[in-house]
Amino acid sequence: MTASPLGDYQPGTSALHRLPVGAKLLGLLALSALGVALRSVPTTAALLVLGVAACAVAGVRLRGAARALRGVAIGLALLAAYQTWQADGERAFVVTGSLVAMVLWATAFTTTTSIERLVDAITRWLGPFRRVGVRPELVALAFSLLVRGIPLTLEIAAETRDAARARGLERNPRAYLTPLVIRVVAHARATGEALHARGVGDD
Amino acid sequence: MSRIELDRVVVRAPTPGGPAPELTVLHETSLELTEQRIALVGPNGSGKSTLARLVNGLVEPTSGRVVVDGLDVAHRGREVRRRVGFVFTDPTAQLVMPTVLEDVALSLRHRVRGREERTAAAREVLASYGLEGLADRSVHALSGGQRQLLALAGVLATEPAILVADEPTTLLDLRNARRIGDLLLGLPQQLVVATHDLDLALRCERALLVDGGRVVADGAPAEVVASYRAGAL
Repeated sequence: MTASPLGDYQPGTSALHRLPVGAKLLGLLALSALGVALRSVPTTAALLVLGVAACAVAGVRLRGAARALRGVAIGLALLAAYQTWQADGERAFVVTGSLVAMVLWATAFTTTTSIERLVDAITRWLGPFRRVGVRPELVALAFSLLVRGIPLTLEIAAETRDAARARGLERNPRAYLTPLVIRVVAHARATGEALHARGVGDD
Repeated sequence: MSRIELDRVVVRAPTPGGPAPELTVLHETSLELTEQRIALVGPNGSGKSTLARLVNGLVEPTSGRVVVDGLDVAHRGREVRRRVGFVFTDPTAQLVMPTVLEDVALSLRHRVRGREERTAAAREVLASYGLEGLADRSVHALSGGQRQLLALAGVLATEPAILVADEPTTLLDLRNARRIGDLLLGLPQQLVVATHDLDLALRCERALLVDGGRVVADGAPAEVVASYRAGAL
């Protein structure tokens, strides 16, 4: 089974587990803004240390952090190579280091925040917008489905790739992409049916 | 006991990819289902899943009416869905939250508003199906049998009066199929189950054989299953 590249929720009692969802999200936002605004080697190094510390406090397993980074490794490597070519090694470190730090914080966030809490928080935050026609429960549900959809899509992609390989078609992009798109759409439809059957969204 | 009525129901579907005439998935059918356990049997593509899906409003009739406990599915779908739970063949699509506990809690959102109370209620539901040890596990990490059991627990947490199950044991091994079958047959709810498991069908009070979009036999399971076997061999 393919797990989420951002890590699965792990119940716990750490300081990050106890922190309110809003505070964690605001912290994530502030640190990301800091990484973009202050582009320097010391800032990036500090953000990376903070990211590792956040994962340690959250109790993210080493395998979980590695899995999160593996998902973006190719993109980061290409980005680092491009930045080194266009500017220099220092610039490459600042850009890719900031991204790695953000992935680590996001992993710490998802590890310490259950979807149930996140859904409740989003529902609460969007409450005032009810009067203008927003349905907070549906927005929150859509968000949770998005999070759930990441590992599912990866699982379907892995199965589809294996099926193409089994038929000797691993070098044919059509043999991989066409069934992948069809299966993802079919799954989305089946999920919609399941939600409909459970009466979710009927509120 | 609940009452499901199909009044001259016809279901047609467009033929994929062309202007060819519509395909009749279910020919005109009128039924009254009042028994506690009803099995729908028949070959693949016979229309039994369509028949099952009509009860929950997942499929809308092209003509005719489906009425559940006096509620017309076409006009009072929301109330009908609250009364009719549905279990799919593949539980993967049915499990929409990342962890076992959260998925059951999602079903309880209608009834239990507070998060703490909802979590406690979800744990109780899991305990009643022997799943308490898996509460914080990712739904991806479950076996096929555990997934189907969780899907069933998630549906039953909504306390439906009727449970419709569309081939709930097809993807399971013998042991898990038996376990899910026993659980379904022991429920106090009215059960409508579309199945290829003829042993399960034989343990119901009534069976319907669906073939070519028509109910071709209806009655005691032993007779209906014998008729199905005779036609299939």
